[in-house]
Amino acid sequence: MTVHPWLPNSPENIKKEMLEKIGVGSVDELYRDIPRSVILGRELKVGLGRPLSEVEVKRIVQEKLSRNRIYVNPPPFMGGGVCYHHVPSTVKWIITRGGFLTAYTPYQAEIAQGLLQALFEYQSLIADLVELEVVNASMYDGSTAVAEAFLMASRVTRKNKILVPSTMNPQHLEVARTWTYGKKITIEKVGFNEKTGFMDLADLEDKLRDRKTAAVYVEYPSYLGFIDENIKKIGELAHSYDSLFIIGFEPISLGILEPPGKLGADIAIAEGQPLGLGLNYGGPYLGVFAVRWDRKLVRQMPGRLIGLTEDSEGNRAFTMILQTREQHIRREHATSNITTNEALMAIAAAVYLSLLGRKGIRSLAEHIALKAAYTASKLSEIPGVRAPALSSKHFKEFTVSFSIGYRDLYRYLKSKGILGGYYVGDKYPWLGECALFCVTEAHSLSDIKLLVDTIKEYIEKKVDKP
Amino acid sequence: MSKWRQSRWNEPLIYELGREGRIGYLVPELEEEIKNNVKLSEVLPEDLLRSSAPELPEVSEVEVLRHYTRLAETSYGVDHGPVPLGSCTMKYNPRIAEELVLDERLVMLHPLQDDEDVQGLLEILYELEKWLAEITGMDRCSLQPPAGAAGELVGALMIRKYHELRGEDRDEMLIPDNAHGTNPASAAMAGFKVVRLLTDERGNLDLEALKAVVGDKTAGIMLTNPNTLGLFEEHIMEIADIVHGVGGLLYYDGANLNGILGIVRPGDMGFDIVHLNLHKTFGTPHGGGGPGAGPVCAKGELVDLLPRPLIEYDGRKYYLDYRCDRCIGRIRAFNGNIIPLVKAYIYILSLGPQGLREVAEQSVLNTNYFISLMKDVEGYDLPYDPSRPRKHEVVYSAKPLTRDYGVTAEDVAKNLLDHGLYAPTIYFPLIVEEALMIEFTDTETKENIEYYARVLKEIAEQAKENPSKLREAPVNTSVKRVNAVKANHPKYVTPTYRVLRLRREGRIKVL
Repeated sequence: MTVHPWLPNSPENIKKEMLEKIGVGSVDELYRDIPRSVILGRELKVGLGRPLSEVEVKRIVQEKLSRNRIYVNPPPFMGGGVCYHHVPSTVKWIITRGGFLTAYTPYQAEIAQGLLQALFEYQSLIADLVELEVVNASMYDGSTAVAEAFLMASRVTRKNKILVPSTMNPQHLEVARTWTYGKKITIEKVGFNEKTGFMDLADLEDKLRDRKTAAVYVEYPSYLGFIDENIKKIGELAHSYDSLFIIGFEPISLGILEPPGKLGADIAIAEGQPLGLGLNYGGPYLGVFAVRWDRKLVRQMPGRLIGLTEDSEGNRAFTMILQTREQHIRREHATSNITTNEALMAIAAAVYLSLLGRKGIRSLAEHIALKAAYTASKLSEIPGVRAPALSSKHFKEFTVSFSIGYRDLYRYLKSKGILGGYYVGDKYPWLGECALFCVTEAHSLSDIKLLVDTIKEYIEKKVDKP
Repeated sequence: MSKWRQSRWNEPLIYELGREGRIGYLVPELEEEIKNNVKLSEVLPEDLLRSSAPELPEVSEVEVLRHYTRLAETSYGVDHGPVPLGSCTMKYNPRIAEELVLDERLVMLHPLQDDEDVQGLLEILYELEKWLAEITGMDRCSLQPPAGAAGELVGALMIRKYHELRGEDRDEMLIPDNAHGTNPASAAMAGFKVVRLLTDERGNLDLEALKAVVGDKTAGIMLTNPNTLGLFEEHIMEIADIVHGVGGLLYYDGANLNGILGIVRPGDMGFDIVHLNLHKTFGTPHGGGGPGAGPVCAKGELVDLLPRPLIEYDGRKYYLDYRCDRCIGRIRAFNGNIIPLVKAYIYILSLGPQGLREVAEQSVLNTNYFISLMKDVEGYDLPYDPSRPRKHEVVYSAKPLTRDYGVTAEDVAKNLLDHGLYAPTIYFPLIVEEALMIEFTDTETKENIEYYARVLKEIAEQAKENPSKLREAPVNTSVKRVNAVKANHPKYVTPTYRVLRLRREGRIKVL
């Protein structure tokens, strides 16, 4: 092995000094207690069989990346749980700073004040956005935040049924089922109205009547993009049968929509990706997790919490708090096994929310809502297209149904450099040929026109020459 | 006396910065055409419009950048100096990986894009999976778990499902007393009862105690090897035989893999399921707590139980295979923490087989070099057979200092901070009193290891002369010793600025 730049003690002269001090002739002697029978005794078959220089590595990786196709002009119109938003440059510069990027979990508070304060600010900014008092320093993503909320609700209420919307994000539902499998929690879907997507309140009450429900979960807006206007009533019903109420929200929409804290939520969770994170082909993202100021809830909360305190001289200081909930102290009695989380993504979200501020988040939310609604209305003008497919109101994602097969249209759009909506016709057959589109601040009017015109052009051609 | 000083800015909260009216980000102006055609009152339900604006600060872009820059300067990472936290493997994070993953051809990929759009990325992930399988001695890996603990949950659920599919009712998970806290927590989340195993005098798992508890209720055992004492489990093959003998499975916690990379593989030691921490062993940064990545690898029929999708190659193209007949389901949305996965790919690609083996050897060399320097330092015990070579880490006990001078492991830690050195993991593993768990990793310089040993010696000498002074540390960090009691007191506990505000206004109760 030649000397390697990442391994400062790899030169033979340094190794020799160290081995002499240890009193062994070779590094092999330090492995003498490993049974011979398990020693590999050959080289691993990894990489290209030898160490590579930066020059070589860069070429190899960039060649591979060149075989990815991204959609820049226009940006993706694809929804399905995450959408393309612009990431402000400031965010990238801040989260690549060594003090954040290369730090560990702030176990030694005094030397990690900046990291602790940044995470405290993240918790605070989210708390003010959702109007709930306690926010943890992050979960892995929206889906695992949902799963942890279900587990927490079951611990708090000592019940094990969770009621969810029939239109719930199918991936989130799958994840929640996986995570709750060991705890024998049952997840039941509540009926809904096929026109609006709204939860069926009568069915909800029927399912609550046995008082065995730990929590009722609602998405706000839903996976299909609609906003369930009965959300307050759903919360009231849940509470009247001693169940918790969990809201899964879209963070930017809270610039203009009533926050979960005002809608009666006990727990609010979100996919935090819209808050300054790239699409990243699925990760890393950010699981947002907030609860009401209630001892019973806070004590059962999963994940890390940062708190404000002071140092021995009375100066403001920050540290990790309520750690007796966590695995490194409580082991099998911990509220969750989480330790590594998405702290850096939480800092990105804090920077993003700081940049936007109270006015920015509102204008961004308004901008998106109007732009998405405009796009839907323009799409609806095309014969054979209905957008949104549901009669309810939407924020940034919306369903579009087509009188023709969507898959061919989707291919056509791609051939024109447009990434269209995500097909959901297979999962929601009552919507017919249907896809989830998303419009954000990243789309210009000309992007929207291009989308609408291209779809129109395709459908016209299709109708002319069936 | 150390000359090191950490930055001290007395940086206000972001809420205390800025002025009404300032903005840090310009939302694009909405086009006239759109403004003229849609009205907000028609777009959103009126009942659900936000009644009062969120209490966010109003700060300009330059203020935001400066604020977080200053905060980053009062946070200590591997970029600043040694972070020898035991079991955390805080090694240097190569910048080539950081640079390459900023590429838009990764960042702008929507997770639901077709396989044909992401052939380059899928090839990276496919090769990474092959390499991780080779490194662990397993058949296949799922790259989905976002962190080690999530990987453990996957493993525990796979063990649960394995027994269920065989029609067996096994609800006990065996876990050593020195295991990482995530092991019992993950087992409990998967619905298992945790059975604690003891450590013998040599630092191995107590075989007699193991034999006494195994039986037809045993679902499996969760082990890390080398264990958290940094010692290789000498009887690993006997352990495997005993557990397999009663029908249980062996789960390998990969947090401690760094010292044996390319030398011995979990699969060859009899393990059935393995998770890896790419943010430890494979050089991806911790980011102040995350993101990480915790792929899970499995052998033989257990491959069927791995979370889907898996990445397949049909000779022409790569594709995601979602078929899940026996799999435990999804552990998170979409396809995994892609960015750290690509960084780990770059790490392995850069080092190659010889480099990975060198990583292991360097980490073990560094640990044992440090031990040799500590031999004539008084005040610290090396419990569990000091003659045995340690691997990736070593655990000392500061008990002599506590017993003789009232100086605790925490005091030692805080005094290390004053010298510009990050502290070890303290009070862990629980079986060592006043534990100082130290892991320099492969990327620490000989000079810094020597400095660390010298500072520990100085601290021990000061303990003799002036122990009360040690209890005042740290003084060179951006704040002095933090009051944890107040931080957790139901009357003062302040997890957010909102709580502080409401408390000032008298609108919040004691928690």
